This record gives sequence, structure tokens and C-alpha cells, in this order.
Amino acid sequence: MAKILIIAEHDGSTLNPSAAKSVACAADISDAEIDVLVLAADGESVASQAAEIAGVSRVLVANNAANEPALAVVHAPQVVAAASGYSHVFGPSTTWGKDLMPRVAALLSVNQISDIMAVLGSHEFRRPIYAGNAIVTVTAPAESVVVATVRTASYKSAGGGNSAAVESLELDVELPTHTRFVELQSGSSDRPDLQTAARVVSGGRALGSAEDFEIIYKLADKLGAGVGASRAAVDAGYVPNEMQVGQTGKIIAPELYVAIGISGAIQHLTGIKDAGTIVAINKDSEAPIFEVADIGLVADLFDAVPELEAKL
Amino acid sequence: MKTILVGIKRAVDYNVRVRVKSDGTGVETDGVKMSINPFDEIALEEALRLKEAGRTEEVVVISVGPSEAQQQLRTGLAMGADRAILIESDDAPQPLTLARAFLKLVEKENAGLVLLGKQSIDSDNNQTGQMLAALWGRPQATSASGIEVDGDTARVTREVDAGLEVVDIDLPGVITADLRLNTPRYVKLPDIMKAKKKPLETMSLADLGVEAGGDIVSSAFAPPEERSKGVIVEDVAGLVGALKEKGLL
Ligand SMILES: Cc1cc2nc3c(=O)[nH]c(=O)nc-3n(C[C@H](O)[C@H](O)[C@H](O)COP(=O)(O)OP(=O)(O)OC[C@H]3O[C@@H](n4cnc5c(N)ncnc54)[C@H](O)[C@@H]3O)c2cc1C
Repeated sequence: MAKILIIAEHDGSTLNPSAAKSVACAADISDAEIDVLVLAADGESVASQAAEIAGVSRVLVANNAANEPALAVVHAPQVVAAASGYSHVFGPSTTWGKDLMPRVAALLSVNQISDIMAVLGSHEFRRPIYAGNAIVTVTAPAESVVVATVRTASYKSAGGGNSAAVESLELDVELPTHTRFVELQSGSSDRPDLQTAARVVSGGRALGSAEDFEIIYKLADKLGAGVGASRAAVDAGYVPNEMQVGQTGKIIAPELYVAIGISGAIQHLTGIKDAGTIVAINKDSEAPIFEVADIGLVADLFDAVPELEAKL
Repeated sequence: MKTILVGIKRAVDYNVRVRVKSDGTGVETDGVKMSINPFDEIALEEALRLKEAGRTEEVVVISVGPSEAQQQLRTGLAMGADRAILIESDDAPQPLTLARAFLKLVEKENAGLVLLGKQSIDSDNNQTGQMLAALWGRPQATSASGIEVDGDTARVTREVDAGLEVVDIDLPGVITADLRLNTPRYVKLPDIMKAKKKPLETMSLADLGVEAGGDIVSSAFAPPEERSKGVIVEDVAGLVGALKEKGLL
């Protein structure tokens, strides 16, 4: 039997949607018992959200004031202590999970499997490499614990309606003080969250300025969509970094993705290849984005986007 | 501080369109252009800027890889690193082995800071820096887009899903570079000539007392699923029609 511990990401009050996706991945392992670990300052509310996820047996809550704001160096030794007796320890492939899980793996003296996109067996998985240009089958050593991150865009959230047992956990481990949180600079937005939005509209370098990027927001608002961007648009300062989609930004799987003035570099495409329908608006008919687009429009975006917005 | 270590990986150049071999045993690397992993080049640039600002006496580039990785280390020396160390290894060592090897060099060189790329663009693991910091029992600041070193601490701005997170870490520690940390300098011809005279030491994992093991085994390689061919619409009205047809409007 596989005993799987999922490390839950949250912001102190709300469970991150990546947890239900990690559970969905874990549930693909046959004969799995799935527990969720919540490391928090006061984790009751987050734990009750985790307890609703279908397939979860137990939610373990370890409360400690040092757990928030979340720091990998503080969480890692606690995860290691909580992981004893488990055959698998999974976290999400979000920036939080990517920071934490390799530290956990090293403390457990194992290599980590990054970005699981499919489960083939209890120790066998598929994952993308080379920015998604190749998919490799990987096998972890049979006798050691499997530490992994889950590529959340590959999974639909596990359902709700569960009421798993919530237990509090005393973790008696020494926590480091060599790393101190200073602040989080975050652009607040009322728009749908890029990582979970059903529709996303993204703009690229062609937008030319932060002011002109407004037409992307306008279209997105008409569609009820989240807003993303290419690296070039972020680098040029049109939009903040958290909007970057791609190999080094967010990997997303919306039902509808609209790429505007984006050429379609491989590093961008790797972030959207699980999208349901890809729409591209680009004035260059040779742009690589048209190779993956389900619907392409060769046009100047400054004409087409306002016209589209008006027609919706 | 005395020394900053910078990890450099020899990787397929980011402009190469990587193809899976038809027999599924790996990806085509014969005759393919190899470069410094772009994130590592950014890490090196940052280390050189810290040296220019008087924060460190020397910058040492280190790599674990085949003997051809000397080319990438020479490029690093041409960019301005003072010395290079190559830990020769035929097969691609995994992050835990890399972290163990780097830790030995950290101890040997008494490093005050290790700068690595946040991930390599071939294996896309994003693990080595975190693992080194864990084994070392020291701070890690991953995905850095800003670094200010002030005596024994560093203030690091990190790119995270929610925006930008700022942390203070006590040194020594490990910082991994994200793309917006800086733009690496171009190497000039005279620097390439000068780099030939800079010291490049080679050793083996065994020399460092590091044993590889516990590896994750890669077997079948496959190309990603192709998306089916789409349609090109004539105008905005056509686009709206196509979206309606798919039930998206
Ligand atoms: C290691 C590494 C990691 C990277 N990670 C990412 C990542 O995560 N995400 C990412 O996006 N990129 C990433 N990149 C960068 C990537 O390679 C491209 O440089 C980037 O995606 C290009 O952005 P763009 O398409 O907006 O710009 P460009 O490539 O400059 O494309 C602009 C497009 O706009 C079109 N255009 C111009 N004017 C108009 C107009 N008026 N109307 C309509 N169309 C117009 C042009 O035809 C062109 O196709 C990475 C690169 C590296 C090396």
C-alpha cells in the first residue's frame, strides 16, 4: 500500500487550489492512503478546507507561529519529521512547492521527481524536460521514499464533499532563524487568478507599453478572463512578473487561451500546451504561435482587439 | 567575503529545437550547439557584479560534467571569473549528487555565497540549489530577481507566484538566479585570450569522496503530444464565429 503525504500550500486562511490537484495525482497511485499536512500559524480553517477534498483520509495540522509567512527553510525540517512512515511525499509545482520540496528531498537523502504529469505506477511517472520538448518516463528507487512535485496543469482538482478527520500534530524540531521574511509585493487584482482561470488573455512584446496593455485588460474583462503575458512583456515592464506564462513563469491549462502579439517561443508554449482552445492574434502569418493555435487571426492587434472587444 | 562559487552547467543552447531520438532512448544532442545554461550565466554575471562592487575577493566557476564542459568554464573565465574547477563525470549527475559535490567544494573553498541558476533548461529540475542549502544547513533564496549583499547578510527579492517576495538571509548561503536578475555581459575577444591563462583545475567525484547513487532512472523518451491543426479565420467576425462554434462564447 502507498501512504502518501501531501504538503498543502495556503496563505494562512485559504487553501491553494494546487492541493486538490496534488490529491488527484496521488489518487492515481493504486491502493493509496492520502493524508494532507498543513503547516500554519493557526491552521484550523485551512485544514477544514483540505478535509473536504475527496480521497483524503486525514488532515494533519502543525501549528507554529514561525510557519507564517511560509519559508522553505522553516517548513522543510517539519515536513521531514511528519513524513516518517510515508512512502510518498508530494507538493505542488508552484514557486512555493519548488522551493520547499527539494530541500525536503535532500534532508531525506533522495533525489526528487519534478513536475509529475502522469502516474504509471507507485514509483514510475512521466514528466516534461527540455521545456516540454520531450516527455520522459522516470523511475524512483523502489526502497526509498518518493519525494515529488505535481505539475498542477496536468490534473483536474479532486472533488469535494469529503469530511476527513483533522488531527493536530506536535512536531518537535529545531527551526532555523537564518532566513527572515521581509515583505511580499503583490499587485492586487479583482480579475480571475491566472493559475485557475477558465479563460486567460495574454499580451506580448507587441503591446509596446504599459498604457497600451490596457486593451488586453479590457478584452479580458469582457471575457471574464485572467490576464497573462509573455516574458518579453514582463521584461519590458508592461506588467508585473507574476503574470508571466511559460517555462519559467506559470504553467496553465485554461479552457480558452488568447495569445495577442506573442510570437510563440517554445518557452512560452510550454506554459499553455494543456489549454483547451488556443486563439492567436498576430500580424505575422509565419509566427510559430500559429502552429499550435486552434483559431488564428492574422491582423494588427491594435485594430483587431478593440473590434473583438466591441463585438462581445 | 573571500569567495563566491558559481555553478555552471553545459546544456543544449536555448535556441535549439530539441528533438527526441526516433528510438526513444534520449534526445538528439549530436552536433547540437551547447552553451552555458542561461540561468547559470545570469548567476555568474551577478557574482561578477558583486566582485566589482567589492563584496568578494574572487569568483570561482564550478561544473560537474564531461570534459567538454571545459568550454563553458572557459567562457565563464572570459566573462571574468578568476578560476574554474571541473568535476569530471561522464553521465549526467543528478541534483543530489551535484549538491553533495558542491558542498565539498564549499567546504574546501570556504565559500561565503554560492550562486546557481534556478534550473537548467535541459532537465528542468529546479532542485540543486535547494538541496545544497539543505545539506549545508544554510539559507536558500531561490528564483532571485534582486540581490543586495550587506556584510554578513543578503537581501534577496524572489519571483514567486503571488508577486515579489523579499527575504533577508544570513551568509553563507545559496541563492539561485531567475531571468530578470540581470543581463549577462558579452564576452570580448581579448578576454577569451586572457581566459586561456586562468587556472582550470579538474578532479573527479571520487577525489571529493562523493558517491553517486539513489538515482532516478530515465527510460522512455517521447515527443510531446501534437495539438491538432487549427484554422485561420479571415477577420474578427470569423473569430467570433469560430469561438461560438466551439461553445466558448
Ligand atoms: C531560459 C529561458 C526561459 C524563458 N522563459 C519564458 C517564459 O516563461 N515565458 C515566455 O513567454 N518567454 C520565456 N522566454 C523568452 C522567449 O524565448 C521569448 O523571447 C518570449 O516569449 C518572446 O515574447 P513575445 O512573444 O512577447 O515577443 P516577440 O517574440 O518579440 O513577439 C512579438 C510578436 O508580436 C507580433 N506583433 C508585433 N506587432 C504586432 C501588432 N501590431 N499586431 C499583432 N502582432 C504584432 C510579432 O509578429 C511577433 O510575433 C524564455 C527564454 C529563455 C532563454
